[in-house]
Amino acid sequence: MRYDDPWYDALASGWGEASGDGVPVRATASARGEREDAAAAAADVYLEVQRSAAFQEVRSRYRRFVIPAGAAFFVWYLAYVVTATTAPGLMARPVAGAVNVAMLAGLGQFLTTFLLTWAYARHARLRRDRAALELRWDTQELTRGVRGGVL
Amino acid sequence: MTGDHQTLALILFSVFVAVTLGITTWVSRHRHGSAEEFYAGGRLFSPMENGFAIAGDYMSAASFLGISGLIALFGYDGMLYSVGFLVAWLVVLFLVAELVRNCGRFTLADVVVARMSERPVRIAAGTSSVTVSVLYLVAQMVGAGSLVALLLGGTSEAAQAWTVIGVGALMVIYVSFGGMRATTWIQIVKAVLLLSGTVTLTVLVLVRFHGDFDQLLLTAAERSGHGESFLAPGLKYGGDWTARFDFISLGLALVLGTAGLPHILSRFYTVPTARAARRSVVWSIGLIGGFYLMTIVLGFGAAAIVGPEAVRGSNASGNTAVPLLALDLGGGAGSTGGTVLFAIVAAVAFATILAVVAGITLASSASVAHDLYASLRRRHAKPRSEVAVARTAAVGIGVVAIALGLLARDLNVAFLVGLAFAVAASANLPVLLYSLFWRGFTTRGAVWSVYGGLIPAVVLVLLSPVVSGSPESLFPGVDFQYFPLQNPGLVSIPLGFVAGWLGTVTSAEVADEAKHAETEVRSLTGAGAV
Repeated sequence: MRYDDPWYDALASGWGEASGDGVPVRATASARGEREDAAAAAADVYLEVQRSAAFQEVRSRYRRFVIPAGAAFFVWYLAYVVTATTAPGLMARPVAGAVNVAMLAGLGQFLTTFLLTWAYARHARLRRDRAALELRWDTQELTRGVRGGVL
Repeated sequence: MTGDHQTLALILFSVFVAVTLGITTWVSRHRHGSAEEFYAGGRLFSPMENGFAIAGDYMSAASFLGISGLIALFGYDGMLYSVGFLVAWLVVLFLVAELVRNCGRFTLADVVVARMSERPVRIAAGTSSVTVSVLYLVAQMVGAGSLVALLLGGTSEAAQAWTVIGVGALMVIYVSFGGMRATTWIQIVKAVLLLSGTVTLTVLVLVRFHGDFDQLLLTAAERSGHGESFLAPGLKYGGDWTARFDFISLGLALVLGTAGLPHILSRFYTVPTARAARRSVVWSIGLIGGFYLMTIVLGFGAAAIVGPEAVRGSNASGNTAVPLLALDLGGGAGSTGGTVLFAIVAAVAFATILAVVAGITLASSASVAHDLYASLRRRHAKPRSEVAVARTAAVGIGVVAIALGLLARDLNVAFLVGLAFAVAASANLPVLLYSLFWRGFTTRGAVWSVYGGLIPAVVLVLLSPVVSGSPESLFPGVDFQYFPLQNPGLVSIPLGFVAGWLGTVTSAEVADEAKHAETEVRSLTGAGAV
């Protein structure tokens, strides 16, 4: 039994369809009642994976990064827009030469965007990708199993 | 504006059109006519290619000409646009790109219907996607018309009208013959052209000031006649409280709208995996960020070198600042360098409009064929190939966009873009985020959240000073203006979120645990992704 590495497999199995890589779909699976049973069983697979510790770990790693980082940049951006419109005096305060607070804040927005992009990509690459790939593999194996594709 | 400029600009632009038509023919040689190929280009683009294509889709002529022009006229206030357009990509990167790639197939509706009863949700999401796309298309068409008026010297109505028709015809050809693969390559070519043009001008501006950014700002402030206040916020949006709230509303629409733009979402389906989708967003953030940083230099450069008076004299809303700057940087009017640079900038701006327009047309034809036609056709009607419907839809959308583009040609381009962002943020973003992250979200919640954002956004615009009640409005003669702000985002975006929540808590349907589990597992792991 061979599964292609899904990260490099462009056209992996479709939504709920058994992929064709050499695995014959059992002929009886086309009978209507059995197909519905298989769909219900596949739904159970997703519930099972969702409850698994490995998935919970991936999800919480994703959320632990995205929620604080997302809230931080959104608040920082809103604060910037609101300050620019309500307190132009503060923004006009000179810092060095022609550069004032407003200019620094605007360039700061660019800088934080680049930094957060880098941090997110790094976090996802180091902390999530491997675990997610394994889960994808396992989940596809399980759904294929209940759909009658695997011997 | 001399004959030399025009001839050279027209030659360069014809070369671009010839190259893009060549790409379209070359790409469609091996066409199979599958939906996968037409909507998603076969899903085999590399992250770098897709990153350039996303950047090409996003950097419109409104940014290139509009933002630099605003900075040249109003100083710092124009820069606020650049910031909003870039920061928005963090929403896309964090919450949308990977998950949408994993869950969907071709459109926004695909992601939502995975958990819901299919038909009403598809119709709702399809309708709002088409609305957003058409608004954005009209903005680009109007931009094309005014650019031509500007470059061909006179404000001949006929020339403008024919440009809009020509742009519309070209976009229909690209999309219906080349599909996503041709559209993507056109975006890539255009992104490279636009970035090279911008880098060249930026370097020339910095060389003129010997690399001294401080000196550039000081000269700009001095020539603007506003002094210090040119470098601080408030010149454009600092008037009364209506103007200030209007700006906050625009800022909110910019940052939340990008993640709901259908032509941006459909780009994530052109790469094989979620990881590739993430890497393409990282590429595009780098390219777009660099581009907007350079528009700031160009804007202040135009204020310092050309001067706001000359800019305003050429075009009241500042759209000609960059072409004028190019003319000056090349050696001034009449010199060879000036002629060449001016022609290049003009041709790049045309190319930008054509490419953006093609991307949007493709996304909206996908919404029409994949969402609306599939849900609305009669059950027993003769089934037609979805791709054939999408090709026809591209023609239909082209005709609608040409007609509206001709009608709306006096409207401000930047405003129309802001409006498209506001509708996208109100109607598309709430339903997308709720269905990805909210366990209890139901069908009624999804439908309410789309219409609850879409209808207020459109109605508030109709009641705003843009349409009636002020000398600059679309119908200056009548007055049914009841809503003071030009951009509806501040009201309609929260309404979209509230409507989705209200629809969910009042519906009798209990959200399907298993479907939610499927969406969550698929979105974070990529299991079963196409």
